Amino acid sequence: MTIHSIPETVASAPRKPRVTIKPRRSWLPSHPRELWEFRELMVRFAARDITLRYRQTALGVVWVVLVPLLAAGVLTFVFGGVANLPAPPGIPYFLFTLAGMVTWTAFAQTVGRASGAMVANSGLVGKVYFPRLLLPLSTVLSILVDVAVSLALLVVLLVTNRVRPGLGVIMFPVWLLGVLALALGIGLAAGALMVRYRDVGFILPTAVQFLLFASPVAYTVASVPEKAQKFYNLNPLTGLLEGMRWSLLGMTPPSAALTAYSIGMSTVVLVAGTLVFSRMESQFADVI
Amino acid sequence: MSSDPVIRVEGLSKAYTIRHQQADHVTLAQTALERAKHPFRRNETEQFWALRDVSFEVERGEVLGVIGRNGAGKSTLLKLLTRITAPTTGSIDLWGRVGSLLEVGTGFHPELTGRENTYLNGSILGMTRKEIDRQFDAIVDFAGVEKFLDTPVKRYSSGMYVRLAFAVAAHLETEILLLDEVLAVGDAEFQKKCLAKVGTLASAGRTVLFVSHNVGLVSKFTQRSVLLKQGRIEFLGATADAISCYRLGSAQGRPEVYVANDADRGGLKLGREVEICTVAIHCTEAGMVQADADLDIEVTLAANVSISNALMHVGVVANDGAVACGGLTPQSLTFSRGEQRPVLIRLPAPDLAPGEYSLNISIGSGDHFSGINHFDALGPICPFEVAPPVREDGAVGSFWRESWGLTRLPTLEVLDVPGGRPEPRSERSRKEPANDSSWAPSGSDSAPIDRVRSTHPQESGL
Repeated sequence: MTIHSIPETVASAPRKPRVTIKPRRSWLPSHPRELWEFRELMVRFAARDITLRYRQTALGVVWVVLVPLLAAGVLTFVFGGVANLPAPPGIPYFLFTLAGMVTWTAFAQTVGRASGAMVANSGLVGKVYFPRLLLPLSTVLSILVDVAVSLALLVVLLVTNRVRPGLGVIMFPVWLLGVLALALGIGLAAGALMVRYRDVGFILPTAVQFLLFASPVAYTVASVPEKAQKFYNLNPLTGLLEGMRWSLLGMTPPSAALTAYSIGMSTVVLVAGTLVFSRMESQFADVI
Repeated sequence: MSSDPVIRVEGLSKAYTIRHQQADHVTLAQTALERAKHPFRRNETEQFWALRDVSFEVERGEVLGVIGRNGAGKSTLLKLLTRITAPTTGSIDLWGRVGSLLEVGTGFHPELTGRENTYLNGSILGMTRKEIDRQFDAIVDFAGVEKFLDTPVKRYSSGMYVRLAFAVAAHLETEILLLDEVLAVGDAEFQKKCLAKVGTLASAGRTVLFVSHNVGLVSKFTQRSVLLKQGRIEFLGATADAISCYRLGSAQGRPEVYVANDADRGGLKLGREVEICTVAIHCTEAGMVQADADLDIEVTLAANVSISNALMHVGVVANDGAVACGGLTPQSLTFSRGEQRPVLIRLPAPDLAPGEYSLNISIGSGDHFSGINHFDALGPICPFEVAPPVREDGAVGSFWRESWGLTRLPTLEVLDVPGGRPEPRSERSRKEPANDSSWAPSGSDSAPIDRVRSTHPQESGL
């Protein structure tokens, strides 16, 4: 559908319609301006997600910090304990894993929730109109709240362990945005496909699981064999995770080339995901 | 006609693709495999045109009715107007925001409280936060749920749930409003409120599209209507004409004929002296029967032997299996061997409660004292729906079944209680208690007590 919104005041002489609905099949997002008009709804969706996630749980928001803590604990035991991989100098292995885990959780949660948002709200999609992009976008918003809580915990642990991040901390938003862009791009494309092919719902978690071990979440890049490094760095998460650790823990920063590649790749994935989503959007209500 | 259109629909069509592949919803892998095998072959598909070349305009402040049978394209039109789905060809111009009461309670989440749901649902329907803030008290008041605002709606009664959902939607301040059958929700009092609300909306200059297959409601609220048939506009003009066109179309089209099927013959031992071949209900509008109309049933019978004392039984069965009513024809059906002929049986205004029913039809000999020797019996067959009755003011009778049962006695009679004199209309008192005088003491000079009793149409000679 093509939407031409015009200000109400212009509705004079040869009155132009407020909205014109036409057949549409395009790769471009149909109505960027409407996203802004519907911003309240996006916030409401996010608020609903957050409310519902912790309603009728005994521990409530505590789960936000408990889940990455437990995961980091397990990974520390497996990689630092059993596999006995070296921790970077001056940083406890647990903190190293936790910083990775906080970033990873933001990525995995965004991919999972954004891709599932259409199907989870199929009742709405089939019955009410709103820019469909709102649903995956609102999940990012709700995940940001979780990220903030777990980051606060990380900061407390950093202070108590006397780890100093240094100047790199100003780059933190860049890494976070990169991670979210990458995740949202994947989530948008996967979510649009999932409307027609629910198979994606099975493939995606497996792929994400694989990616967890193919990314430097629980071990340092230094532990990766020299020969594999080239391929390893193709994963945009490598640069983003390294950058994140540089900003949070004060480890060595990723190379400029790796940084540029990771950020660029994330942007490309986000754009591609948006295009796929826009292309398939008009058929959601018919096939969901 | 001054031209101030608010909705302009031009050449609107919507096609759905029906796949003729073995599995309808294939997996991604299967699709990829098929593509790899036959890269140039398109799937065998068929276009189903849910809406075809529809054009009309709605003026500002007009209430336009949209009628048509199930599958005529009413809901597709609504889905296109609300932008839920995109058209295949054509265009819609809208001069204003569109609000719809299509699916009351869409987006309501059982875990959220009444207050949270009001805001969420309001936003989903396109209200801004300010609008909801301003209308909040009115919404809550309209729904009558003040006390339960902070209770999760999963603990609401279904009535409260529907009332709140409708209240939110009814307070949409859009220039264009799409209304569906939702008006028939809730109890009679709430309905009245809803209908009054629709009346005020229309008179306040809002443009309303009123979609229903309840012609009574449409004629109550609209002057002009669109009649849709198989995706096309069959008629566009005065509502009264549209409705008669709709009724005519239904009457002209032969009623759906049921052809006897052994699976419906049940476990009865059947002699097959006379067989039922086909059954068709007349007076139906797409399987709809008006509550106060006669029910005409055309049955084609074929005799295998000559018979002179056949009688037929017709029973109306509700969809929960309860028998609503039934009756026997007089023993006068005569057949000669090999004869095949249609018979029209009329159930005089069975006054059925709104709902879904089917028929049990049998032919046999005997009577209800000696028992019936079945020749043939079928049922339940010929499902049909009884539309709720609509009063002059538009109220829909939805409480019927609870208070009156499946069928209603047409009238109750109010008679004077005779003070000590023998009752004049003795033939009507045969069902009364023997000791009549015990409850109407003879010789008392007290004022006559009103006595209420029922009259059956048969008894009163109708």
